[in-house]
Amino acid sequence: MADPVKLTIDGREIHAAPGTLVIDAAKQNGIEVPAFCYYEGLTLQAACRMCLVEIEKTPKLQTACTVPVAEGMVVRTETPQVATARKYMLEFLLTNHPLDCPVCDKGGECELQDMTFRYGVGESRFTEEKVHTPEKQFSPVVFFDAPRCILCYRCVRVCDEGLGVKALGVINRGVVSEIAPNHGDHLECDECGACIDICPVGALTSGAYRYQTRPWEMTHVGTICTHCADGCKTTLGTRNDRILRGNNRDRSGVNGEFLCIKGRYGFDFYDHPERLQAPLLRVNGKLEEVSWAQALNAVAQKFNQTLADGGTFGVIGSNHTSNEENFYLQKFAREVLRTNHIDHHRTGDVVTLLDALSGKEGKLATVADLYERKAFLVLGADLALEHPLLSYQIRANYRHHQAHIYVVTPGAVREDHYSTVSLRGRDYASLRDKLKAESELVVLFDDSYKGDDVRKLVEFGESLGIPVKYIALVDYSNSRGAVDMGVAPELLPGYKPSGQPGMHYGEMRDANLGALWVVGANPLKNGAQRKAGFLVVQDMFLTETAQQADVVLPAASAYEKNGTVTNATGEVQRLKRGINTMGAKPDLEIMGFIAREMGAAAALGPWTPDAVFEQIRKNVRGYQVPLPVLMTGGAAQTMPVNGRIPVESRPDLVHSDHNGLFASGTLGRYSKVLNSVMESRLRR
Amino acid sequence: MTLSPQLEAKFNKLLESYPPGRQRSAMIPMLLYGQDEIGSVTDDLIEEVAGRIGVTALQVNEVLSYYSMLHRKPMGKYHIQVCTNISCLLHDGDKLYEHACKKLGIGHKEATADGQFSLEEVECMGACSWAPAIQVNYDFHHFVTPEQLDRLLDGLKKNAV
Repeated sequence: MADPVKLTIDGREIHAAPGTLVIDAAKQNGIEVPAFCYYEGLTLQAACRMCLVEIEKTPKLQTACTVPVAEGMVVRTETPQVATARKYMLEFLLTNHPLDCPVCDKGGECELQDMTFRYGVGESRFTEEKVHTPEKQFSPVVFFDAPRCILCYRCVRVCDEGLGVKALGVINRGVVSEIAPNHGDHLECDECGACIDICPVGALTSGAYRYQTRPWEMTHVGTICTHCADGCKTTLGTRNDRILRGNNRDRSGVNGEFLCIKGRYGFDFYDHPERLQAPLLRVNGKLEEVSWAQALNAVAQKFNQTLADGGTFGVIGSNHTSNEENFYLQKFAREVLRTNHIDHHRTGDVVTLLDALSGKEGKLATVADLYERKAFLVLGADLALEHPLLSYQIRANYRHHQAHIYVVTPGAVREDHYSTVSLRGRDYASLRDKLKAESELVVLFDDSYKGDDVRKLVEFGESLGIPVKYIALVDYSNSRGAVDMGVAPELLPGYKPSGQPGMHYGEMRDANLGALWVVGANPLKNGAQRKAGFLVVQDMFLTETAQQADVVLPAASAYEKNGTVTNATGEVQRLKRGINTMGAKPDLEIMGFIAREMGAAAALGPWTPDAVFEQIRKNVRGYQVPLPVLMTGGAAQTMPVNGRIPVESRPDLVHSDHNGLFASGTLGRYSKVLNSVMESRLRR
Repeated sequence: MTLSPQLEAKFNKLLESYPPGRQRSAMIPMLLYGQDEIGSVTDDLIEEVAGRIGVTALQVNEVLSYYSMLHRKPMGKYHIQVCTNISCLLHDGDKLYEHACKKLGIGHKEATADGQFSLEEVECMGACSWAPAIQVNYDFHHFVTPEQLDRLLDGLKKNAV
């Protein structure tokens, strides 16, 4: 690295890397220079003039956000001249600002409010009538209140550069300038809400959150989004057991501040009118609400009786439930119900990838790698729609480090706009020479590569002679965790062979089992008729499967429980309970209660998330992750196996739903926001 | 949209006039040439220009709504631009503008019903030495009095017939 530059800011000698902007050099040394338009990671705008500082030997005040550090530079950030400039800039920004802070969503966490409090003049000399325009609704998610806007262009830049969507712009001139959506009077975009979060004032507000609360009245809980497998951290703002908003302004988690519509607004399924809040028991052919005691008793009795009669059990687990629930469920199935008939819906061929990488270390890429590594090969997936975080990371990498992106997909994808090469089809081998010339590579592939295709891909990658890392793309928040925890007929936790592989997902659905226990899955969604003699379903909603059940136990959502989940890149993160919904219980607790009613609880151990996680750490290789990282809301990557996986892993059963930005399997049906945006009807 | 061969040639030449990767620089001249031929900047023209220089329609709209010489509504065959900036104002440019309004029966950025004339009150057109100045399409007229303006407009009207 080049030698650091020496400069003085506010009398302190400071060292900064060449090319660092004065505003960043100051910040790194604990000196805050206020700014509205400057935003780390986005292009420079120099529109707001709040960061004006005095630089010796420069006649006029300079914008700290555009001036790079120079040797011997002397900067002063708090002189009377600077203070006066800030005061006037604020007075200017407030000429047409409505000052409706008492009813504005942003009040209390507004940058303009904070700056005015610190540097503002307190009174205005402006006596003319303020220019007012009525607020506009750009989409069900985005509302725009022009008079509040200070034209910092943050929203325009984050949409253009961060998301690659370019849905916002600034039209007109002078005092009538305003933010405009890409389709005249409405937006057609990702509806991610990044523009709302990044707005320093209350100009862009969210349809879900507006006028719901004051920010200081909420409790903030950082947990993991329950929709796709990227594992974004979403900070839920909750009040009185209601989730009022999701965002991640503290930039914690693998995603920094990135969230898509699902992470930011898709939490709303939790209070859907059809949410189950009492157990249902089939009485005289009809499902009736009963007490928990009655329902649990019915399940335990039937399970014990089936065991006594020598009947067969089938267990279908979920790719939404926590690692602890998955581990406990497979242990329950194998040790209490004495069956290997346990499976989940597989969405990516993780097993073959891990097997093919046997004997190698450090071959699995993390979300951070996507921002740091130098070249990428994207196979099959439309990342921007199916894995928005991964797409965002690669895009940021391209913007900041000019990463090379190679795309081999069936159709056009957003990555084409900045890829080095885009090919349609599957012929990645033709890129061999170009890839060999790279210094390193990360390969991402979806479910269209499975079994031998994955082995060939790994062979190809390893033959390039450069360090290559891989990501097997999976759907849903804990697909990876489900297979790590051995919710599979041929695999025990940690990819150990189960010895006697039992039935698979589809086979269980179609078999005449004594009892079928479905936890957080919807195997009968395509109108299939149940075959099992007794069907128990744990779910949040009366799904097609639950409708045919004998007992339905209302389950808590991911936002209503503690535990851990593992994302597509194998990073374990912690779920933290944000709210409680009356009547519903976490799946782990339900399973524990069933075990207790059956008299089998002792064999399975305690059913608290922490106790089960301890068992996971003892049994599953790679989950001996540092606990402080998890406890403080961090992500720890696991490498669950390093050796051959001697089982027939049935890659033919791997099938992704390819949920786009506005779909999330069965769960997505119950999100009002996901279904209200017009894009959800235009494309999925 | 299909362009006339002349406009097509102009657009192609413009795209070659800027270094590779800077084709968006051609946006304003493209819009002006397009407007001259079509009469206004239509939605089709916006899409066409956006496609040719590789930006979104919204980005074209950002520029277009900033510049007052680009019109979304069709202007008249003869677009009369009267300067009322300081030099022209001192030589009764404002009265000239009011006279034009009365004579044509239209106001700022409006067109006559027959589509022959439109009027615009403009900022400085760089003809201060010959104030008051007006511009009809791309032609300048200097030291204009209300009588001269009448004669000019009557002449144009005759032309039209």
